Amino acid sequence: MGQTIAEKIFAAHLRDTPTPENMVLDIDVIMCHEITTPIAIMDLVDKGMDRVIDQSLIKAVIDHVTPAKDSKTATQAKIMRDWAKRHKIKDFFDVGRNGVCHALFPEKGFIRPGNTVIMGDSHTCTHGAFGAFAAGVGTTDLEVGILKGVCAFRKPQSMKVEVLGSLPTGVYAKDVILKIIKQLTVNGATDMVMEFCGPVVEQMNMSARMTLCNMSVEAGATSGLCLPDKVTAEYLWPFIQDEYASLEEATEDFSKWHSDPDAEYAETLTIDVSDLRPQVTYNYKPDKVKDIDELVGEKIDQVYIGSCTNGRIEDIRIAASILRGRTVADSVRGILTPATPAIYSQALDEGLIKIFMDAGFCVLNPTCGACLGMSSGVLAEGESCASTTNRNFNGRMGKGGMVHLMSPLSAAAAAVTGEITDPAQFIN
Amino acid sequence: MKEFGGSAFFIDRDDINTDEIIPAKYLTEITKRALQPHLLEDLFLDGKEFDTEAEEFQQASVLVTRSNFGCGSSREHAVWALEVNDINVVIGESFARIFRQNMFNCGILAVELSKADIDQLFSLTGDGAIKIGIELDRDTVVAENDKGERVECSFSMNPFDKELVAAGGWLAYADQKY
Ligand code: SF4
Repeated sequence: MGQTIAEKIFAAHLRDTPTPENMVLDIDVIMCHEITTPIAIMDLVDKGMDRVIDQSLIKAVIDHVTPAKDSKTATQAKIMRDWAKRHKIKDFFDVGRNGVCHALFPEKGFIRPGNTVIMGDSHTCTHGAFGAFAAGVGTTDLEVGILKGVCAFRKPQSMKVEVLGSLPTGVYAKDVILKIIKQLTVNGATDMVMEFCGPVVEQMNMSARMTLCNMSVEAGATSGLCLPDKVTAEYLWPFIQDEYASLEEATEDFSKWHSDPDAEYAETLTIDVSDLRPQVTYNYKPDKVKDIDELVGEKIDQVYIGSCTNGRIEDIRIAASILRGRTVADSVRGILTPATPAIYSQALDEGLIKIFMDAGFCVLNPTCGACLGMSSGVLAEGESCASTTNRNFNGRMGKGGMVHLMSPLSAAAAAVTGEITDPAQFIN
Repeated sequence: MKEFGGSAFFIDRDDINTDEIIPAKYLTEITKRALQPHLLEDLFLDGKEFDTEAEEFQQASVLVTRSNFGCGSSREHAVWALEVNDINVVIGESFARIFRQNMFNCGILAVELSKADIDQLFSLTGDGAIKIGIELDRDTVVAENDKGERVECSFSMNPFDKELVAAGGWLAYADQKY
């Protein structure tokens, strides 16, 4: 019987099978940030186990609240910084070089097809866009990863998500994944690996594939995945050119991770996006999703463009296409957070930052910032935010605030009018 | 093995996420103890703020809830917030994967029961206290209210997760084995 990509990756990394249903895998990349790692470090120190299996596996960044906003966040950053120094962790990114983990690490070429990746962060699934098995874990799993280089998972079950048709103008990967989450509900993919495929996914660039995989956890999935292909090879080319004679050779090699034609899936979901409308969440769960038309006119106090979901250069270009020559509504606070320094710098070079500033946006340094309501744009009770992030839980961006998740294009349209707006009126 | 069970507290809602269990603003704490007063602080039930001061809640060692408990952020702080409040069992129809694993990784229990069984447990609720015990050797939940009404339900638990509980958590297990 054939294997899915997840089964192939598990087989290639299998260290132990404590029961037929449980697999302990060798981990290729262990990513760390300052919210969940310091407490792991402190615990290891307390237990006299302050060791690192192999520092080259570890990629660490301070990204959630940076630069530090108070003494507590400064202490978290310091614990990470000291730890990275103590263990000679080369790939450690601090203020000035840091950005949102799930945007920064791909950009550095750390994730390759067939890798196993863990991080104490639920959106680790983003890296599945490279054809890797990337899963969010808790602090204890992270500790064991740091100490032993392994992590335990249940035997993978895959859900094939086939995206057919072609995306209409003004509709993006964010709209596709919101629609999928609506159909699956918030636990429709629990304990599954979502394998995104079909012509629409094949045509997506890496940025869009990351958006897609990023939100797979919002349907409960362990990881999202895309099959690594020429698009993947092109993105990674600067990092792999010594390993392969040509792009074609890399692409061919990557295809060894593709699911076999006779692989078995626990479930299959097929969605045709040819008539898909921009999607927007309402209420406090990411499966509460409607076509934008049903929410047009809802008042917005803040617009947030950034995060690991949609804070990449492609997203900034898309939002700028509406903001160019326009200004944000008087009632709106616009906030842009390019997800990494490289993205920020690229946006400056392309004149995009000026477009945002001329429109009246505040431009922040790369950070998670308002996405999790810890700094840089927290909402007051009763306020609403049109946001390109991935979670709309009650209190996520500030107690009593409402978050409407949407694409960068729809968020830019809301910034201009001060209410949820069909972006179609600003394009063409 | 450690004993699991005690007074139960019931929360009749699906999809309680880890932001509700412990809000992000407390993630800057670097000790587990500091999380203690904030468990479920941002929970809304039927549009009302949850009363974290309620006596039955303060005394609980078991939480009974509905489906998809612990969804959202991977923060193990959610499990620690339960632990430092002496809650060592959560019973629900289903759990989000990371939360469930975090529970077993810490050596405490996430017990999955069918909807019908959860309904039965809820049917015991009234004015008085409910005690719930987990018999791991028989894979059975035993619940009793102060009127003497009793419900027994069996569950199936992943054998590996059981081993983690027996070992006192994943770190202890992995340190021995790998
Ligand atoms: S941007 Fe938001 S969702 Fe992404 S890692 Fe940061 S806090 Fe988490």
